[in-house]
Amino acid sequence: MAKKKRPERQKDKSIPFKERISTFKEVPLGFTVRQALLEAERCLECKRPRCIEGCPVSVPIKDFIQLIKKKEYLKAAEKIKEKNALPAVCGRVCPQEDQCEKVCLLAKVDKPVAIGKLERFAADYEAKKLKEPKKPDVKKVSPRRNIKIAIIGSGPAGLTCAADLALMGYRVTIFESLHEPGGVLTYGIPEFRLPKRIVRREVNYIKSLGVELKLNHAIGATLQLDELFERGYEAIFIGVGAGLPQLLNIPGENAVGIYTANEYLTRVNLMKAYLFPGYDTPIKIGQNVVVIGGGNVALDAARTALRLGARSVTIAYRRTENEMPARIEEIEHAREEGIIFRFLISPVEFLADDNNVLTAIKFQLMELSEPDESGRRKPVPVPGKFETLPADLAITAIGTKANPLITKTIPGLKLNSKGYIEADEFGRTSREGVFAGGDIVTGAATVISAMGAGKNAAQAIQEYILKKYQIKQKI
Amino acid sequence: MFVILGDDGILFSLKMSNFFQIIKKEKIAPNGFLFRIKAPEVALHAKPGQFFVLRVNERGERIPLTLVRWNRRSGTIDFAFQVIGKTTHLLSKLKEGDFLKDVLGPLGRPSEIKYYGTVALLAGGFGAAAMLPIANALKEAGNNLVTILGARSKDYLILEKELRRLSSKIYVMTDDGSYGIKGFVKDGLEMASREYDIAHAYVIGPAIMMKFTVAACQELGIPNTVSLNPIMVDATGMCGSCRVNVGGKTYFACVDGPEFDGSQVDWNLLLNRLSAYLNEEKHSYELFLKKKGVLPRGKEKKA
Repeated sequence: MAKKKRPERQKDKSIPFKERISTFKEVPLGFTVRQALLEAERCLECKRPRCIEGCPVSVPIKDFIQLIKKKEYLKAAEKIKEKNALPAVCGRVCPQEDQCEKVCLLAKVDKPVAIGKLERFAADYEAKKLKEPKKPDVKKVSPRRNIKIAIIGSGPAGLTCAADLALMGYRVTIFESLHEPGGVLTYGIPEFRLPKRIVRREVNYIKSLGVELKLNHAIGATLQLDELFERGYEAIFIGVGAGLPQLLNIPGENAVGIYTANEYLTRVNLMKAYLFPGYDTPIKIGQNVVVIGGGNVALDAARTALRLGARSVTIAYRRTENEMPARIEEIEHAREEGIIFRFLISPVEFLADDNNVLTAIKFQLMELSEPDESGRRKPVPVPGKFETLPADLAITAIGTKANPLITKTIPGLKLNSKGYIEADEFGRTSREGVFAGGDIVTGAATVISAMGAGKNAAQAIQEYILKKYQIKQKI
Repeated sequence: MFVILGDDGILFSLKMSNFFQIIKKEKIAPNGFLFRIKAPEVALHAKPGQFFVLRVNERGERIPLTLVRWNRRSGTIDFAFQVIGKTTHLLSKLKEGDFLKDVLGPLGRPSEIKYYGTVALLAGGFGAAAMLPIANALKEAGNNLVTILGARSKDYLILEKELRRLSSKIYVMTDDGSYGIKGFVKDGLEMASREYDIAHAYVIGPAIMMKFTVAACQELGIPNTVSLNPIMVDATGMCGSCRVNVGGKTYFACVDGPEFDGSQVDWNLLLNRLSAYLNEEKHSYELFLKKKGVLPRGKEKKA
């Protein structure tokens, strides 16, 4: 049997470098049709596709890639949407290297299939060709018409849960506290990684499934959770994320010029401060910017500062590059763009002038300890060794925690010691009819894991409703 | 449109909960307005001391404003503001019947209302608007109210009649002496403290006024509560823009406040943080006025 030579893993182009570091345009351009066909050709079409098991929302990866091979691009997009309401988002921000592509069989002998880029291609192709996205053909299972379900938060978990329940035939309302939907997709992830028109498009698709979106409704403030039950919602899903920024709790932290990553990114992404004064929310443009942290959020903040016109941007991380939780691709991007990395330093004090304006940051030098029983090497201070970096703008990206605005206002809802909601893998909480998923249960994680949680909860909500109405499930 | 039954039997339309129409607009000072807008959910849940956030238009910033009055039956809320920049300028140009883009509330912890005995209400400028609901609630809790109301001049005094009605005594102070007594709120407090045994004071106004008034309270040994007004973005605890230092600890004014023990507040830090964007705000406002033809072109300073 003649063996056809397998094409190389395709790589999409990026926008020109100069444009890249001075604008907020999306960096990777995505596959061309030719590249998508070549890449799809690489799929081995395994009998037992591991990639699907590696996907938290079980996207029918093999099927959609087959459809791309057959040049049925629109059908490919439709196929993805049977399981994933946010394909253009996932194709861009999922850590595929840790999920579907990690377990791709091809990875054993070659580079894995570029599943993420193919997903993005199918979704973008559909958006280009169709004005109105097509709804997938899914069997409705809602026991009655007009069963109302409330979703709190319109981030990845809430949107996914809403889409799945709407496809099952429920009447779904999403309550969002901000003036734009999307949660972290809108306020957190920058335009150059995830253009907001893409988020809007996918939210519009979910609305087209019949989901009602109520903006400017902060549950716990505008309305209490129990009022939703009083108003006839039969089940509630809480997907509010982990929105409260952690602080360093070191002297000088409240000086002017020190932002939490949450504030910095919210101003830029949600409020569009990068277009100030065309938009009304201002942002400080730093000369010497120091970002503290080593995750994706730190990198997003650093790359944003660079695009806003900073002369130098430094990422200060207390461990080494090996321990950085950020995606490798993002670290590479940041390096290419000229961001400076400083490892094994940890801030101990912010220094400011008489007007409380930041001037410098004092760091403690660190080293990694010998591995402990769990094999982890902890950063420990090198006694007496300090370094001061000049900075007129600092961004702290050291993680987030649960926002008590909602969790503390729900009587009878069990929280864990860190303030996150206690829920099982299907999102069932200590309160009947109340489900939760995403970062508010697990702590800060990824878009896709939150989507997986939303999906599982949709399943659990359906079981709960069917049981409540004593209807035997027949699918 | 569907109609639902509110928790106390008030009917209102929930479908309208996202249309924030201006019902009434009143000019109450040379640069200040009182608006009444439709915001049924906010009106239904509002409590004294709370605030809300609004956005004027698609490109607008989110600004926090204190709730002055609310009516659950009509689903309206009242708020007052002074024109100090582009956003408040735009807001002041809206007419009755127009809509605000976004309204989120009620936010912040409500005032801790209890019986103190005699409470001094120390309001500077538009702080009087924020004071009104607290005054009502304190009165209802049986407190004897002594109000000291301060303003630049007679024209800038607001809600005097309303506060007078609730108070057993009111001292009106103007910086220029154009009405009432010439002096600041803290001067009025000294006078009042000679006449009354003041158990507690509420201090609301511009940060600088609160700083000096709180210092006067401390000298007189009067425990006090202030309502802080730092810069906010989301105002739901998400961003930390509104961090304040109270008693050496960092708090988010939007969810931990806005009310704090005035004697514990780091006022200089608050003032510094409030002026963080002065240049940007000035630049944006001048650019806007120039475009509108209010300012001659080429005259604005560079930020």
